[in-house]
Amino acid sequence: MYEFKYHRPATVRQAANILLKNEDAKLIAGGHTLLPVMKQRLAAPPHLVDLSHVEGLDGIEIKGRSLVIGATAKHADVAASAIVGEAIPALAELASLIGDPAVRHKGTIGGSLANNDPTADYPAAVLALGATIVTNKRKLKPEEFFQGLFTTALEPDEIITKVSFPIPKKAAYIKFRNQASRYALVGVFVAKRPSDVRVTVTGAGSEGVFRVTAFEEALKKRFSPKALDGIHVDADGLNSDLHGSAEYRAHLIGVLAKRAVEAANAKPEKELPEPDPTQPSVG
Amino acid sequence: MAKISLIVNGNPVTANVDPRTLLVQFLRENLRLTGTHVGCDTSQCGACVVHLDGKAVKSCTTLAVMADGHSVTTIEGLAADGAPLHPMQEAFREHHGLQCGFCTPGMIMTAVDLVHRKGHDLSDHTIREELEGNLCRCTGYQNIVESIAAGAKAMGNSDLT
Ligand SMILES: Cc1cc2nc3c(=O)[nH]c(=O)nc-3n(C[C@H](O)[C@H](O)[C@H](O)COP(=O)(O)OP(=O)(O)OC[C@H]3O[C@@H](n4cnc5c(N)ncnc54)[C@H](O)[C@@H]3O)c2cc1C
Ligand code: FES
Ligand code: FES
Repeated sequence: MYEFKYHRPATVRQAANILLKNEDAKLIAGGHTLLPVMKQRLAAPPHLVDLSHVEGLDGIEIKGRSLVIGATAKHADVAASAIVGEAIPALAELASLIGDPAVRHKGTIGGSLANNDPTADYPAAVLALGATIVTNKRKLKPEEFFQGLFTTALEPDEIITKVSFPIPKKAAYIKFRNQASRYALVGVFVAKRPSDVRVTVTGAGSEGVFRVTAFEEALKKRFSPKALDGIHVDADGLNSDLHGSAEYRAHLIGVLAKRAVEAANAKPEKELPEPDPTQPSVG
Repeated sequence: MAKISLIVNGNPVTANVDPRTLLVQFLRENLRLTGTHVGCDTSQCGACVVHLDGKAVKSCTTLAVMADGHSVTTIEGLAADGAPLHPMQEAFREHHGLQCGFCTPGMIMTAVDLVHRKGHDLSDHTIREELEGNLCRCTGYQNIVESIAAGAKAMGNSDLT
C-alpha cells in the first residue's frame, strides 16, 4: 500500500471540504472494498478521509412511509435491526447475506452503493424499492445514481449521507452465490409496491444492476411464481465467465425470480395506502 | 505519522504509526502479539480475525488508525498467561479442532463472537454458515464445527466470556 495522509473529519461538511481541497482524496467508510484495492496498489489515493467519526451518519429510522438508513450503517446493523426487520424484512435478509460476519461488522451501505460493484447486493434492493440516495448535495433516484460498472453519478466531493427506502407491501431477495467469491453470481430482488411491481437483477448484467420489465408486467397482473411461466430472459448483454455462461445466468434469473415471489408471498402483506404524489418520500 | 491510543487485551497502548499500517501489522510487529496470523492478506481467510469493540473483524482489512480510541482483543487476550485456557480454546484442544493451527486463532475469535451474538446452543448448520469467512486448509472443518458447538456450551458455564 502506498503512503497517504489520513484525515478524520467530525462532520460531513468538513469531509466535503477536505475532498474539495485535495485532488484524488478518497472517502473511507468500512474500508472493505477500498483497502483490498489499495493493498493491491490498484488505487493509491494520496488522502484518505475517514467517515467513521462523523456523528449521526449511521442511524436507522422510519420517516413517514420510508425506512431511512444512514450511509455508515454497517451490514451487520441493518441485518440485526428490529426496525428494518419490521419495515422491510427482505432488506435485513439481504444484508445478512453479504460476505461473512467479519465483513458485515465493517462494510457499510454507503460504501457498497458508492462502489457499485456489478455483483454487490444492495444495488438490487435500491433499484427494486425505488430508494432515494441522499447526498450532501442532492437527492438521486437509482436510475440516475447507477451508471454502469463501478460507476455512479457521485461527484468527487459528493458524500452519500443516507438512503431512503419507500416501504413495499411485500419483497424478497434471493441470492445465488458465486462459489468462490460469495458475491452474487445472480441475485434477484422482487418488490410488490403500492403502485407497481419491480424485479431487479444483480450479478448478471454487464452494466450492473437492471430491471426485468417483462417479469414486472406479468407479476403486476398476478403476483405468483406461475405468472412467470414461459417468460424468458434474453442472454444478450449478460456476463459470461468461468463461473457461468450468459445462458446459465439468464436461466438462473427466471428460477430465482420465481423463488423470490414465493418467498415474498410467504410474508404477510403490508396494508399501505396508494402513494400521495404531493408528498415527497424523503425525510 | 499518526498518534493512536487504544486498549489492547485490556491494556492501554499509545503509539505513533504510519497511517497505512494495518491493524494486524501493528499487533504483530509493534506489539509482538504474533498469535494473530496473516493467511491471505486479501480479506478472504479469517486467520487475522480479532475483536474490535467486541466484534469480529479482519485485522488485515482494518487500518491501525481506525482502531484509535477503540478496544481490541486478540487470541492472547482470551485467557490470562498461565491461567486455564478460555473454554473455546479448551474445546478446540479437546475436540482436535486443529492440525497445523495456522487458522486456529481466527477460528476461535470468530467462534467467540458467534457465541456472543447467537448464544450457547448452536446447530451445526449455524456454525458452518458463520464460518463463511474462515478458511482451514487442513482439517476439513468437521472437528472445528464440533469444537465450536462444545466451546459454546462450555462458555455458558464459565466466567470467561
Ligand atoms: C471477503 C469479502 C466479501 C464480500 N462479499 C460481498 C457480498 O457478498 N456482497 C456485497 O454486496 N459486498 C460484498 N463485499 C463488499 C462489502 O460489502 C464492502 O464493505 C462494501 O462494498 C464497501 O463498503 P465499505 O463501507 O467497506 O466501503 P469502503 O471500502 O470504505 O469504500 C468503498 C468506496 O466507496 C466510497 N465511499 C464510502 N462511503 C461513501 C459515502 N458515504 N459516500 C460516497 N462515497 C463513499 C469510497 O471512497 C470508496 O471508493 C465483500 C467484501 C469482502 C472483503
Ligand atoms: S489474512 Fe486477513 S482475511 Fe486472510
Ligand atoms: S489447522 Fe491448518 S489451516 Fe486450519
